[in-house]
Amino acid sequence: MVVHSVFIVSKSGGLIYSHEHNVPKVETERLYTFPLPFQLEERNKRVIVAFGEQGGVKVGHCVSAINKVPVNGHLTGDNKPLLDFMRNEQNYPLTIKFAKTPVSTNEKIFLASMFYSLYAIACQLSPEQKSSGIKTLECDTFLLQCLQTVTGVKFVVVSDTKQNGGESLLRRMHELYSDFAMKNPFYSLEMPVVCELFDEHLVKGIELVERTGTAFA
Amino acid sequence: MSAYNMYVFGKNGLLLHYSEWNRKRRSNMTLDEEAKLMYGSLFSLKNFCRKVSPLDFKDGFMCYKTTSYMLSVLETLTGLKFVINTDLNLSGTRSLLEKIYSEVFVEYVVKNPMWQIGQPIQSELFKTKLHEVVNQHVASVQRS
Repeated sequence: MVVHSVFIVSKSGGLIYSHEHNVPKVETERLYTFPLPFQLEERNKRVIVAFGEQGGVKVGHCVSAINKVPVNGHLTGDNKPLLDFMRNEQNYPLTIKFAKTPVSTNEKIFLASMFYSLYAIACQLSPEQKSSGIKTLECDTFLLQCLQTVTGVKFVVVSDTKQNGGESLLRRMHELYSDFAMKNPFYSLEMPVVCELFDEHLVKGIELVERTGTAFA
Repeated sequence: MSAYNMYVFGKNGLLLHYSEWNRKRRSNMTLDEEAKLMYGSLFSLKNFCRKVSPLDFKDGFMCYKTTSYMLSVLETLTGLKFVINTDLNLSGTRSLLEKIYSEVFVEYVVKNPMWQIGQPIQSELFKTKLHEVVNQHVASVQRS
């Protein structure tokens, strides 16, 4: 089992903790000649593949480096518009690195509050008498598991689909949260958890789960 | 083991069809509102999954479970969404949805010249065939 990331959402939908554990790198680098086999466009200050999938590059991937120099969002390393640069035939051949578009911290906060509302809607749309919100969410590429405590805090684990022990990791997270975050006199409620001891123990817990399938030693 | 209800959405979010079997709880809104809420939440859910996914999000199948029901969605490449709510023990909902799409929707809706693309489905034949396929699936899961 592989745990990709974990996060904690407070009872009002704010992201108070997130940790990326084992995120596989999705990137390809190759020498290209003019014209490029992809159609590119600028979206959210990034140059993104809009059409054409080839050699590991997928729609939605963004340009992350050109001639081994990392790009600066929608600008090249020396601050020229990237899209214009890539459309100019004179600049070719080019070594381009494409990567899966990274999720920024802002986007993570946004995703956390999105999950919060999806969780609530899932209870509302229930065809059964009583229902909680989303407990597990499964796609072909990952499995998300969520534990909501009685106080409304949500612990979320994103892992691969062939996973067991997610439940125990969630319970372990709750335990660590109450031991190290809540008992920290410098911690105020609903605020991001910045606590070294918590981080340390959590990483240990995750590693234990990856090896043995349970987070309790 | 049972299926509760099923929604079929067109690519622009219009409810094409709604069926229910043994739904135990009504929401306090009209079907129309409920369908909009459902479509909206699925739309967000898909975007959410695409962002959260550590690898490239490939096909359109997704399911979530709560403590009392399971919702499965199959989105076709043409943008149709087949959504079924079942209880937690019903397995193979993916193949069920694929079967509904290929053997019921394509056969009795797409091949029906009276159906206008993107409009709600009126055909009684579609409904009976849909119920047949779902009941068959539920029965076969129960047996095994």
